[in-house]
Amino acid sequence: MKVTLLYFASLRDAAGCAQESVASEAPDPRALYTEAAARHGFRMPLERVRVAVNGAFAAQDCVLRDGDEVGFLPPVSGG
Amino acid sequence: MKPFALSDSGIDTASLLRELDSERVGAVVAFEGRVRDHNEGRAVRGLAYEAYAELAEAEGACILEEARTRFQITQALCVHRVGELALGELAVWVGVSAAHRDAAFAACRYVIDEVKSRVPIWKHERYASGETEWLHPGA
Repeated sequence: MKVTLLYFASLRDAAGCAQESVASEAPDPRALYTEAAARHGFRMPLERVRVAVNGAFAAQDCVLRDGDEVGFLPPVSGG
Repeated sequence: MKPFALSDSGIDTASLLRELDSERVGAVVAFEGRVRDHNEGRAVRGLAYEAYAELAEAEGACILEEARTRFQITQALCVHRVGELALGELAVWVGVSAAHRDAAFAACRYVIDEVKSRVPIWKHERYASGETEWLHPGA
């Protein structure tokens, strides 16, 4: 399965890129994040990260499909 | 205009207030969030906002729709800056019009609180010390 990962704010800095395409057998965003965290050395725990799939908020354990765009969002600080 | 918008340039509050004009309106409440020169004991020199634009616009629109459902208001608008901002600049603007002031105040408060806690926008502060930091509340 190929998916596109999006990183924001401190996660983007830690990853060194705003997005990347990866081939993965991870069944859900939770597992994808664990893989990405190991690859990039993320220190943000999964519990603090919200997930978006194809531009909408999604559950960390939602089912992924080939071609999905998965965003990892650290706690927000607008306003 | 869309009720919720991201803007990479200065917010024109006068034209936003004109959008709220109506003879049905007896109260207009606006909130202006500005860039201040300190945060949690550190001297701030400026900041930048980053957004997940597609999702921020959808979530912002959702919040304004909730405000119209929950409160007896006529209209609610919100604009949030993205990009680099200087001290004193307007970072976020919320405007609500209603027949009566109670609903206008309550809805304005609701919108800014929900925008701050839900919309995917992140603040990157630059400090007098030369350091910078992304703010991720709740650690």
